[in-house]
Amino acid sequence: MAYSFPEEVLEHVFSFLCSDKDRNAVSLVCKSWYEIERWCRRRIFIGNCYSVTPDIVIRRFPKVRAMEMKGKPHFADFNLVPEGWGAYVYPWISAMSVAYPWLEEIKLKRMVVTDECLELISKSFKSFKVLVLSSCEGFTTDGLASIAANCRNLRELDLKESEVEDLSGHWLSHFPDHCTSLVSLNMSCLGSEVSFSALERLVGRCPNLKTLRLNRAVPLEKLPNLLSRAPQLVELGTGTYSSEFRVDIFSNLSEAFSVCKQLKGLSGLWDAIPAYLPAMYSVCPGLTSLNLSYATIQSPDLSKLVSQCPNLQRLWVLDYIEDSGLEALATSCKDLQELRVFPSDPFGAEPNVSLTEQGLVTVSEGCPKLQSVLYFCRQMSNAALVTIAKNRPNMIRFRLCIIEPQAPDYVTLEPLDTGFGAIVKSCKELRRLSLSGLLTDQVFEYIGTHAKKLEMLSIAFAGDSDLGLHHVLSGCESLRKLEIRDCPFGDKALLANAAKLETMRSLWMSSCSVSYGACKLLGQKMPRLNVEVIDERGPPESRPESCPVEKLYIYRTVAGRRIDMPDFIWTMDEDSALQHS
Amino acid sequence: LEMETIYVNDLNMKATELRLGLPGTDNESDAPQSSSSSSCVKNNKRSSSEMNASFQNIVSEQLQSHAPAQKAQVVGWPPVRSYRKNVINDQQKKSSESDGCGMFVKVSMDGAPFLRKIDLKFYNNYFDLLRGLKDMLKCKIGVYSEREGYNGSEFVPTYEDKDGDWMLVGDVPWDMFINSCKRLRIMKGSEAKGLGCL
Repeated sequence: MAYSFPEEVLEHVFSFLCSDKDRNAVSLVCKSWYEIERWCRRRIFIGNCYSVTPDIVIRRFPKVRAMEMKGKPHFADFNLVPEGWGAYVYPWISAMSVAYPWLEEIKLKRMVVTDECLELISKSFKSFKVLVLSSCEGFTTDGLASIAANCRNLRELDLKESEVEDLSGHWLSHFPDHCTSLVSLNMSCLGSEVSFSALERLVGRCPNLKTLRLNRAVPLEKLPNLLSRAPQLVELGTGTYSSEFRVDIFSNLSEAFSVCKQLKGLSGLWDAIPAYLPAMYSVCPGLTSLNLSYATIQSPDLSKLVSQCPNLQRLWVLDYIEDSGLEALATSCKDLQELRVFPSDPFGAEPNVSLTEQGLVTVSEGCPKLQSVLYFCRQMSNAALVTIAKNRPNMIRFRLCIIEPQAPDYVTLEPLDTGFGAIVKSCKELRRLSLSGLLTDQVFEYIGTHAKKLEMLSIAFAGDSDLGLHHVLSGCESLRKLEIRDCPFGDKALLANAAKLETMRSLWMSSCSVSYGACKLLGQKMPRLNVEVIDERGPPESRPESCPVEKLYIYRTVAGRRIDMPDFIWTMDEDSALQHS
Repeated sequence: LEMETIYVNDLNMKATELRLGLPGTDNESDAPQSSSSSSCVKNNKRSSSEMNASFQNIVSEQLQSHAPAQKAQVVGWPPVRSYRKNVINDQQKKSSESDGCGMFVKVSMDGAPFLRKIDLKFYNNYFDLLRGLKDMLKCKIGVYSEREGYNGSEFVPTYEDKDGDWMLVGDVPWDMFINSCKRLRIMKGSEAKGLGCL
């Protein structure tokens, strides 16, 4: 029997493995490799906080330094997940505070984080460096004050669009004078004004600060003060970019931007007024990422701006850019990889801007590296989608939202099956797809047949019958996350593809036709899935078994049923019959 | 711009209700529509505040009666995140004050028992605005000059700008004025003595 290298050598070799996939593969080679690997795994990613328990994680990986975790289903972003659903991070923080005293990084997405959690983090982990809270909620600025005050080596504090109860801006002043370690600060989601002098001093004493995203309350005329203290910035999110026009403000701003020679990313720009845009022209040639999605500037000014950014790789913008602005983009930005166009008036009955499918077609023609799209518009045609598919077989993320549900091809009035079919046929590396418009079961047949690399699929107001769902579940080999709302998908497809569900992270179905009876059956059949019925109308037992459930969330888990559920969620399993009696 | 909040739980839900299946089919006799109708009349915390904000928009649009009515909403559609929705609402409020459907500002006149409201969008320039004010308030406003302001007039038009300062009407270009004017006050000439001679 050949003996392998000493443990230390293997550990050293494994330390070069960063991806979870690789480390998981290594763990399967043999028992000793499993043991060695688990002791040296430093980073863990948990895609669904309910798929595993803190104890299981800690038992297997005793020396973790960085953890990343996601909680609520994606549709929580659109208010489809009721308040109180769960995703509380406290039990995790509590367990880790004991087990991982050397924890350095916590990154959470869509989780409920309380001030107690933040305080516990700030006091338990002496080397704590990175806190990223993406779309989280449940905490106030008091919690932020604890982090600022107690984390001596804090490098990153990123609140990325979390919902924070903003009690005051005073939290920022809790950063001690000796704190010089900040590399990244993102407070753009906060409303209150922080003490500007505290902010100025903080920025001034952190020489490694690379990312600074201010909140809207930071006035434009003060921005130069910050930029002059941090000319090394790589990513900047401005505060409000609006002020009564004054020549002195303009020239200060221009000068301040001109010393930021490393700036690659720009965001913020709330309420931007055109008069102040030229102040940033000096940084435009260096920009690779531009987020104008909160800037209410109109197409001519937007066109002018993007034309100054030939190295742009990522653009997020409102539909004020219109087709004409997208044409300018296609002409000027040949390196563009990601485009997101958000609606300025999503609830208006009539279009307020001249943005159509043509804009997207133009960009797909002009930008050979375009691979990631999120596009809100009010009309689409199969012809346009076919053209886009032909132009961009390298597409990996395609999310189209036609604002009117079930809108057909506006030219032919046919369903958009052919168009989306072309996308999945042509874009063989497609990993993420969001559908909209009028769609029949046919589009799902195309998807099941061709979208072999598809990992995440979002469906709304589409399909005719269970066959649609069956095509997806039986055909999409790489599918990990499936989210469906308001589709006539029911019991048959779900039960026929029960085994598939264990190969996926999760399935969300709301306002579909899955009956309570089918949910019970699925729960009993599949012990390694949590089949959770969410119904705010009261216990499903109080209605006939054939009655469709409001919402259904199914996910694979080794943690067993949840123990922290609110009263509108029921887990379907062998015990559930006992529980309701 | 003060708007009443109206909860419109029964705003023509039937006509705009989204059904499962293709449009044109009638699912009345099918399995209970409770799922789709409950998604229309959902009442979880965030949804009602978000509907609140967007119904405020509907109300403001209807009051202006220029824009077409907005649709009753389906929860979570179009899929715009709450954070972004809130920013959009703020910006729409601002823009409807500045270039959307009217730019109504309050007008107070010293000595008058109640305030009036005018739509700044209605006027193209200062001349039209002053003429309109004179007509509405039956007051005498003199001619503007950069040096003297409205010196000598019985009444002097002033306005509160975005910074909260009281300014003399006429100093800045018209476009800049309408974008920064929050309210108007027609001061008595005797009180306005200070403003005209800077």
